[in-house]
Amino acid sequence: MIPTSHYLFLSLGLFTIGVIGVVTRRNVIVILMSIELMLNAVNINLVAFSRLVGSVEGHVFAIFIITDAAAEAAVGLGIIIAFFRNRETLLGDEMDLLKW
Amino acid sequence: MLDQIVFYFFAVLAVISAVMVVTRRNVVQSAIFLITALLATAGIFLQLHAEFLFIVQVILYAGGIMVLFVFVIMLVSLDVSLNQVQFNRQWWLGLLLALVLGAQLTIAVAVGRAGLPLGEPAPAKMLEPSTQLVGRVLFSEYVLPFEIASILLLVAMIGAVVMAKKKI
Amino acid sequence: MHTLIEFAKPILVPLICAVVIVAVLPLVAGYIVLLERKLMADMQARLGPMRVGPHGLLQPIADAVKLLLKEDIIPEEADKAIFWVAPLISVTVAMLAMAALAIGPWFQIADLNIGLLFVMGIGALGIFGIVLGGWSSNSHYSLLGALRSAAQLVSYETAAGMAIVGGLLLAGTLSTREIIQTQDDYGVWFIFAAPVGFFIYAVASIAETNRAPFDLPEAESELVAGYMTEYSGFRWALYFLAEYTNMVVVASIATTLFLGGWLRPFAGTKAFDFLDYLPSLLMLVFAGYCFYRVPKQPVKIQQAVLAAVGLLLILLAGILAAPLLVPAGSLVADAKAGLHGAFWFLLKVGLYLYVFMWLRFTFPRYRFDQLMHLGWQFLVPLSIVNVMGIGLALVLHRQWGWGHLPAFGLTTVLTLAVAGWLAWAGEKKEKQRAIVGEEA
Repeated sequence: MIPTSHYLFLSLGLFTIGVIGVVTRRNVIVILMSIELMLNAVNINLVAFSRLVGSVEGHVFAIFIITDAAAEAAVGLGIIIAFFRNRETLLGDEMDLLKW
Repeated sequence: MLDQIVFYFFAVLAVISAVMVVTRRNVVQSAIFLITALLATAGIFLQLHAEFLFIVQVILYAGGIMVLFVFVIMLVSLDVSLNQVQFNRQWWLGLLLALVLGAQLTIAVAVGRAGLPLGEPAPAKMLEPSTQLVGRVLFSEYVLPFEIASILLLVAMIGAVVMAKKKI
Repeated sequence: MHTLIEFAKPILVPLICAVVIVAVLPLVAGYIVLLERKLMADMQARLGPMRVGPHGLLQPIADAVKLLLKEDIIPEEADKAIFWVAPLISVTVAMLAMAALAIGPWFQIADLNIGLLFVMGIGALGIFGIVLGGWSSNSHYSLLGALRSAAQLVSYETAAGMAIVGGLLLAGTLSTREIIQTQDDYGVWFIFAAPVGFFIYAVASIAETNRAPFDLPEAESELVAGYMTEYSGFRWALYFLAEYTNMVVVASIATTLFLGGWLRPFAGTKAFDFLDYLPSLLMLVFAGYCFYRVPKQPVKIQQAVLAAVGLLLILLAGILAAPLLVPAGSLVADAKAGLHGAFWFLLKVGLYLYVFMWLRFTFPRYRFDQLMHLGWQFLVPLSIVNVMGIGLALVLHRQWGWGHLPAFGLTTVLTLAVAGWLAWAGEKKEKQRAIVGEEA
């Protein structure tokens, strides 16, 4: 059997990779995808603990997080399309209309 | 034995594809590796006896959200973006901070492992049948959060439509 | 060695089933294509393939050989890795979806708790094969086909999913085996309890498999071949295989959920037990036709092939009849459930596919905005109303003690009324738009 801490290590590894993607990449779409990766890492944690205590509440929370990810992806991609239409670019550091 | 093989296989697959997502130059390839990472996570869910969550992950994440991503990438994809610098100017600082965060989390788990009750997991029987149990909990104790989630989805849907409209 | 056998025991039957599916499906897909061509020819007053084998019976094999021997072209500008992987995704996913389906009570790879959802969910991944294939070809036609396909699949997945929810409400379970068992207990197939749901699923499943009249992603007259434009030879064959496997999968879902799976018509009624002899009789009739046609074949080899097909059919008839003729209790008699279940299941799948083909040769292709209109403004609202209707019927039946017939009859009529209203409103709006368009 696999100790629960291994799931935690996997989860935090994925989370850290996601954070790295968010803070270093310029492409907005990749940043959004890295956020999905982070949400996904959280789900592993929830499900692993759910298995540990033998209750499905962790699964329910994971479902909520997936719902949230869906909402976030829809709005985020809508913003990206609107942004691309106006500025013809996908680079995050050129999103500086409010920076004076 | 089989359990271990399945878990470590999917774990390694998930981590490798996650690294690929962050490092690939081509956005479509990033998206494909993200799909792989999500499916590997789904495999881990299955190994954790979360059958229903496995299929939710496959249908919603891999089959829904990622299709949206790929669709948008194809709509906006520019060949120019392949030749641009992929990492921003403060990438080294960001990387450093992210690694510090990762190290912190690792230490927290590695040290705190002794204090947490991370002993034997409960018998797998308690999570079966997955679909029925999740349904019962979702519609009894968590029915209010469930409704709120549906409102969130509605808001997101309207928001996305408004955003993507040419003229508001 | 011994431990290996012990280890293999629980996975042996699923393994055999899986191998059978992977080995037989390409052949079945080939013969579905032949059937389709024959049917199309018949409807257009032609003969169809007649040269390779008697009545073109060996045509699929010849086609397969031709496709395998063709030159494999990868466009210069294509994204090689993705171009290479995309058809594989399509085929793998389509075949994986077969894993949870029960073809007869004996033949099932895995009886999952999430059964039908698994089939739907894995099937939904097939879209990546299409989209990535279209994108990686680096051709405008391919990309347009891929985009159309993505939009179409996402739109109709919603309607199909909601239609299935209606059926699942009736069944109260997701496991394919238990769904069929429930229909046995009810004594009625779910198509009679939820006809509107079946209709929605049928339309949505045609759209999901990219078939006419919804074949916009590969519309020959507009996009050359849509997402498959740049593919040739073996890879193209893989796409084709995936498409036909998907057809079999959606037909199997419909059969399982709405048409009673492996159940014989009137399975519960003793008076209709003579229907058990129907499978063998059907085989015998086909065999008889084969023998009748033998002397009319021009070449010796063709005569031999047709005679062999006839003998094969007689053999099948014998196998199907054996459990009925042998006294009960013996091993052969126990095989009846498995053999006849598989026969009825496959027959229903075949009929469903037959209706698919009918529709293909009958309707002209939809325009893209009409397609979206039908999906989002007619099927999706209707499927939601359908779910509510079935819920209402279940409440009337279980809590208020109404009979099956009045409860489901009332809600079906209500749902049909809503459908009529939706169609009428859509028509009106379309007319208004046409008038506005003329003025502008």
